[in-house]
Amino acid sequence: MAKRFGFIIVIMAILIGSVVLVGYKQVQPIVIIASMIATTIAVATPLTLGALSGVFCERSGVVNIGIEGMMLAGAFFGWLASIYMNSIWGFSAMPSILVGVVAALISGGLFALLHAALSITFKVDQIIGGTVINILAAGITGFLNRQLFFEKGSIFGGHVPHAPGVLPALHIPITELFQKWCGANTGTCYTVGESLNKIVDQKPIAISAILLVFLSSYVLFNTRWGLRTRSVGEHPKAADTVGINVYFMRYANVIIGGLFAGLAGAYLTLESVPSFEPLMTNGRGFIALAAMIFGNWTPVGAWAASLLFGAAQALQINLQFFRELIPPNLAFLQQSYVVGLTPYLLTMIVLTGVVGKTIPPAADGKPYEK
Amino acid sequence: MTDTTIVLQAKGITKHFPGVLANDKVDFDLHKGEIHALLGENGAGKTTLMNILYGLYRPDAGEVLVNDNPMELNSTRDAISHGIGMVHQHFMLIPVFSVTENIMLGSETDHRSRGAGILPPLDRLERKTVAAKVRELSQKYGLEVDPDAIVGDLPVGVQQRVEIVKALYRKASILILDEPTAVLTPQEAEDLTRIMSELTKQGVSIIFITHKLKEVLAIADRITVMRGGKVVGTTTPAGTSEHQLAAMMVGREVILTVEKEAAQPREDVLKTEGLVVHDKRGLEAVRGVSFNVREGEILGIAGVQGNGQTELVEALTGLIPSQSGHVFLSGKDLTNQTPRALTETGMAHIPEDRQRHGLVMSYTVVDNMVLCDYYHPPYSRHGVIQPQVLEDNAVKLIEDYDVRTPSPYNPAGKLSGGNQQKVIVARELSRPVKLLIANQPTRGLDVGSIEYIHKEIIAMRDRGVAVLLISAELDEITALSDRIAVMYRGQIVTTVDAGKVSREQLGLWMAGGHPETT
Amino acid sequence: MQGSETKKKDAGRTKRLFRSALDAVLMPLLAIFTALVVGGIIIALAGGNPIQAYIGLFQGAFGSPQALSETAVWATPYIFAGLAVALAFKGGLFNIGAEGQIALGAVATAWVGYALPGLLGITIPAIIHIPLAIAMGILFGAIWAAIPGALKAYTGAHEVINTIMMNYIALNTVSFLLNGPMKDKDPLNVIARTPEIAATARLPAIFPGLRVHWGFVIALICAWLVWYLLWKTTLGFEIRTVGANPDAAKYAGINVKKLIVLTMAFSGALAGLAGAIEVVGLNFRHELGFAIGYGFDAIAIALLGKTHPLGVVLAAILFGGMRNGATRMQFLTQIPTDMISVIQGLILLFVAADEIIRYIYRIKAREERLVLTRGWGG
Repeated sequence: MAKRFGFIIVIMAILIGSVVLVGYKQVQPIVIIASMIATTIAVATPLTLGALSGVFCERSGVVNIGIEGMMLAGAFFGWLASIYMNSIWGFSAMPSILVGVVAALISGGLFALLHAALSITFKVDQIIGGTVINILAAGITGFLNRQLFFEKGSIFGGHVPHAPGVLPALHIPITELFQKWCGANTGTCYTVGESLNKIVDQKPIAISAILLVFLSSYVLFNTRWGLRTRSVGEHPKAADTVGINVYFMRYANVIIGGLFAGLAGAYLTLESVPSFEPLMTNGRGFIALAAMIFGNWTPVGAWAASLLFGAAQALQINLQFFRELIPPNLAFLQQSYVVGLTPYLLTMIVLTGVVGKTIPPAADGKPYEK
Repeated sequence: MTDTTIVLQAKGITKHFPGVLANDKVDFDLHKGEIHALLGENGAGKTTLMNILYGLYRPDAGEVLVNDNPMELNSTRDAISHGIGMVHQHFMLIPVFSVTENIMLGSETDHRSRGAGILPPLDRLERKTVAAKVRELSQKYGLEVDPDAIVGDLPVGVQQRVEIVKALYRKASILILDEPTAVLTPQEAEDLTRIMSELTKQGVSIIFITHKLKEVLAIADRITVMRGGKVVGTTTPAGTSEHQLAAMMVGREVILTVEKEAAQPREDVLKTEGLVVHDKRGLEAVRGVSFNVREGEILGIAGVQGNGQTELVEALTGLIPSQSGHVFLSGKDLTNQTPRALTETGMAHIPEDRQRHGLVMSYTVVDNMVLCDYYHPPYSRHGVIQPQVLEDNAVKLIEDYDVRTPSPYNPAGKLSGGNQQKVIVARELSRPVKLLIANQPTRGLDVGSIEYIHKEIIAMRDRGVAVLLISAELDEITALSDRIAVMYRGQIVTTVDAGKVSREQLGLWMAGGHPETT
Repeated sequence: MQGSETKKKDAGRTKRLFRSALDAVLMPLLAIFTALVVGGIIIALAGGNPIQAYIGLFQGAFGSPQALSETAVWATPYIFAGLAVALAFKGGLFNIGAEGQIALGAVATAWVGYALPGLLGITIPAIIHIPLAIAMGILFGAIWAAIPGALKAYTGAHEVINTIMMNYIALNTVSFLLNGPMKDKDPLNVIARTPEIAATARLPAIFPGLRVHWGFVIALICAWLVWYLLWKTTLGFEIRTVGANPDAAKYAGINVKKLIVLTMAFSGALAGLAGAIEVVGLNFRHELGFAIGYGFDAIAIALLGKTHPLGVVLAAILFGGMRNGATRMQFLTQIPTDMISVIQGLILLFVAADEIIRYIYRIKAREERLVLTRGWGG
């Protein structure tokens, strides 16, 4: 694992460094670095949550490639609920958005329940089951999106009403603190404080994601639940013989996974940008799986890998600010295309195992027959 | 043991599985502090009965009483609560967990006087406390285990001890051992005997399942024989003999030795020199092995499973690469050749795991019969398969080798173990063969199939084929081999003529000892 | 004795074939029927009339020569893509990358179609131009799938994620090309698409006035070729054996690694062919967004068709008909065409979890379950 953490740090340094190299003439390096880190944490959120979803499912022995679909469902139904609360039932913004988050969790959980039923009770091939989830989620969200928002005579009158908005960032007064210490409004000292603040001021779901990483790690490796979950994913027959209900453990963990994926979807439409596009998850669910694999099915490892993939996305976003500054011989970087490929290429490189062997839970993907 | 208090009694146990009556009105009882052997061949119903006692299966009829109290048979928790513990043949241990974690799994808070906390699933695991308890138990019963070791790294004999401690941790007073010596060296088996007698001294009653006659006569206080799902009889070692037990097991007089004439070996067919093979983890499993097998002889490699035999065979048959050394087949250097090149040079292989390597379960018998030969004439011409040729071939082989199947187009997965093995044997032996490598050829088969395959192997030898036999059943090795090589920790520690060595000496070599040779 | 024995065996075999054909068809039919029922319930809940909707659907799909022609047009790429996925399944591989392979194949074919004559400065006769264009599409599709295949064979990386990653890379690349170097420079054009391909690179239509083109016939021929490959040739035997039991395949002397790459290449070739045929037979150019959704649809078609070429053809025609008829359905009943995606998802659900169907209609299980997942470790 050490090899991997090393790889992650090196690549992230390269990614952050490239943006600094391009833009340092216009903006102070420390500000650029802070901006990169802040963006990375934010955009890594759905990946982290998706990866945690995968960790719980697969640690209990169920392969879940339907995270993408669960995320999409969470994104859509969360957004739908918040608009419904706001436009139809007249609640104000914050309560609507919070209801939306709950709706996102529930929809993720319901799709997960379907996946659990298919994989555990009906013993369908788990990759096919995950594909079914993805297709159904895409179809249902696309259909309802069209039906409810673009059909005349629908509840919303054929157009997308104004969305209640997104969750606000939590402000921790670091800048103010630094202002007192440094005794000034400008200068390096103050800038450091300001930059730190930028990194730390994250939105609720992003913060929850980080907290959930450490909570999950504790639960998985230091509690009864975690021990039983892992046993069911490594050697379900052994767990069965000591009286553990294999089916229950798997169902429960898959649904927990669904809740995580739903929360990831909530991030997309209730914390990031308040609008829904069909298929807006755009592969994040699969990148999250790669993060899980790279992290060797551990929450902290998956988080580190998600940050790496998030950094690739952050690179693309931040480079946009400095488009004109990119030297001509690197003009190809201007095209968001090349940079946009980074997450996918990184994923493939990681999966080749060139950065260390991956060891899945031993019974991952095998339906349990009593 | 003169205590005849009955601690466990099974009455009229009946259990159906699709197509087979596994237990047919079985009665069984266990006295306090005794070692009661349950003897029978593969498929006799012994494991089914024990699984019922342990709550893994529900019987269709019958009841079980523990200390005269009727027992619910719904789950393992019921059995555990009545003091029954079971050590399965294939260990129910999680390789990546530590010994402590394996032992505490499912009973994570048993060591606490005040039980589980507010939110039981999130109870903190108290590894140190449980580890202390494990040390306590292991000292009390003489079962050395290191609580912090990772189970996957432990040798098989120690893993078995972990299983026993696991049962004792749950306060088992009745212990069921399923084929406990199948994976042990003779030395470790002796250790186990010592442990069992220590346990019985402390009041634990033991049932152990086996198909090994000598073991049963040496260890058991009482012996119950099962056959075809029924109990045939219960006796004591004093009141019976190997022959009688075998007859009870099989229902007819069984020939315990294979009849064969003296071997007439000629040229070397297979020769290895200093072969080194790594296992899946990159560790040396075969550490410089040299031996030869000649035309018309059977060389048996004796040894407990896990001493490198699997890797040796996989390297010889081209399934995995060897790291150094040479393999010569009929004088040609065929080190690290592909399986196909070896097959074409006249090597036949009966694999250890027939369902994994030897057959494609979903394919028909017809297709399985040509699994290694489909690509050349007459089975295919210019890349196109000739279905009629395949069918004729299969029909002939089915008849010649007496494979019981309703049709040649039956999928192999639907055949019995014995018939599956016959398909493999038919396929391998119907080619022009110079060398036959037979790896655990009769594992899991009924006595009839075992006899058949032994006869075939001897017949091959008499036709001039060189046979390399690898088996964990010492009896099979001693019965069939002309020469015997013993493998221990990846090396051949000795090679002797079969007639000139005793079972005890072989056992000692298998365990790494150095007996004196006469 | 020999004669009557053989006769008995033949009679037994016919009966067995008939039985297994019935079994094979029954479950998918019931799955489709159940999906339509559930879909109908959803339509009713959303305020529409299911009966009217389905009548519209059927009319639009099969109700006139025009409709049949359009259904064939829709079905053509589905047949190729379905065959691609089915072939991969038979080899034990999961090719979710059909979308990217189709897109790349289409772009490559389009380039040969519109750029090559200009580049060489000559008019290429159709008899060379068409096959060349198609061949390029096949080649690019094959390579695109062979890469994840090689990664799986030589590093063990699971092809599910890699083919999906390759999808996104391909789609991003195509988007870049169609918005940039390969964009149709016609001043009236605003969308991302290639210029039209030369007249010499176009497949003729079969019937004047109808859009159905020879690509449909090529698709049917391909289905037969795939069947022949898998069940009549030694290579097909090897592909299926690797799919059924890679350990036994190794033991049988098959070079498993080589076969994984080859199977993926064949699969990608078929997908690339889907894109190629669309360009030379239907659109005569490649437009961005054309291939969206084909990848997952192809999985549904392959599974509905039980990964057998004949089944795939029938399933492809069904899906093609549904997509085609959806427009008429929407016209008649205002039910959006997205409903079809939901129904197709349901079909896949019921095909995959056939136990649900068995439970509803009280049918006993008879055959082997299709299991492809061996976890990520492979």
